[in-house]
Amino acid sequence: MTIEASLKKGLKYFDLDVSFSCAKNNMLVMIGPSGGGKTTIIRMLAGLGKPAEGRIIFDNEIWLDSAQNINLTPQKRRLGYVFQDYNLFPHLNLFDNAAFAAVDKKEVDELFSIFKIGHLKKRKPHMVSGGERQRCAICQALARHPRILLLDEPFSALDAVTRRGLREELKNLKGNMSFPIIYVTHDITEALYLADEILPVVDGKIDHQWMQKMIVREPSVEPPFRAAREPRLSLVY
Amino acid sequence: MDYLALYVTLKLAVVTTAFLMFIAAPVAYLLAYCRFTGKSLVEALLYLPMALPPTVIGFYLIIIMGPKGFVGKAWGFLTGESLLFTFIGITIASTIYSIPFAVQPMKAAFSKIDRRLLEAAYVLGLSKRATFFRVIIPNSINGIAAAAVLVFLHSIGAFGVLLMVGGSIPGKTKVASIAIYEAVEMMNYQTAGMIALSFIPISYAFLLLVNKLNEGMQK
Repeated sequence: MTIEASLKKGLKYFDLDVSFSCAKNNMLVMIGPSGGGKTTIIRMLAGLGKPAEGRIIFDNEIWLDSAQNINLTPQKRRLGYVFQDYNLFPHLNLFDNAAFAAVDKKEVDELFSIFKIGHLKKRKPHMVSGGERQRCAICQALARHPRILLLDEPFSALDAVTRRGLREELKNLKGNMSFPIIYVTHDITEALYLADEILPVVDGKIDHQWMQKMIVREPSVEPPFRAAREPRLSLVY
Repeated sequence: MDYLALYVTLKLAVVTTAFLMFIAAPVAYLLAYCRFTGKSLVEALLYLPMALPPTVIGFYLIIIMGPKGFVGKAWGFLTGESLLFTFIGITIASTIYSIPFAVQPMKAAFSKIDRRLLEAAYVLGLSKRATFFRVIIPNSINGIAAAAVLVFLHSIGAFGVLLMVGGSIPGKTKVASIAIYEAVEMMNYQTAGMIALSFIPISYAFLLLVNKLNEGMQK
């Protein structure tokens, strides 16, 4: 199970032009400044947006090929997509939300106990905290048995402590998931903590030097040999 | 007291409301979510019955539903009967007369739903149709109910259109508003007063309901 994508599209302030791949059991973290095109890329993977030109191939299955005019609908791609805060349907309680598209409703209970929200089953989304909502959103995505999991800044609306907790849970869980995971964030600490592979996206292009540029201090101010990471990273928290 | 006229009125209002909810829902969906050329023209056309004098609507309905109009001809061909001066005739008239009151609040309720919820449903594998029934309808139920109540109130109050298309046949097309008018014409103020009085609690109760539903929508 590997996803390969190459996407091009002219956007308002820059042109998007990226290609990357992500294999199963692998977490690819897409990082970069806000407004750099990360969400646009994720939406194209999900089938919610369309590139001007490009290909997305998942295990020999063509999801998108602009040359052949193929563009699978989001429904047919069978993927899990966790948004920043908009997955849950306000009219359903947490259990019904997670079971909304579940392959087997019995698994929802299991997922709820893994994510420790079993006691909130009957609550509506507006009656629980943001962290609990996001846990439920992840359960909802996993219950569908997705072939790939897309997480678009899933924890960025949460407070630092909750975010750290969820980040750890996700990392522990990663080992059990046999599909590719693509995680979008603008938080360098989060990226370093979770990623198997980091893909910096800046102004629509992949810029492998971006992380270094962000992390390393200006050589004229500080000696270049100092351990660059620690002090700057703790600020990112 | 003209119970028969009250009965016809309620029957007409219930049938119109039920019928219109089914027709207006897909139309409101198209107006809320789809982009097509001439959309604003179509929308204005649908709201026209609200802006036209009822007698003007009635006049054109007589023309198209009469024995020489295309609807009247088609109906005559299928059933061998006339459409004017029948209950079905006034049901059609009342439906057309109330279209704006069904479409507008439903469209407003649909438009309020966050588009990202629909995207979430698509990603979870729901077709557009399934999304309509499992996400859009339950999340706009207050707006739909408000539309139903408005249509109901509007159709119990219809007068000019119904009088022109249906006349005043007791038990068939003579609705309460027409009965009041006729009673007053015959100086029978007591009968008119009784029917008129029966409207007040019904209309008042339904208006309270509309307000409650609108409050619920804003939450």
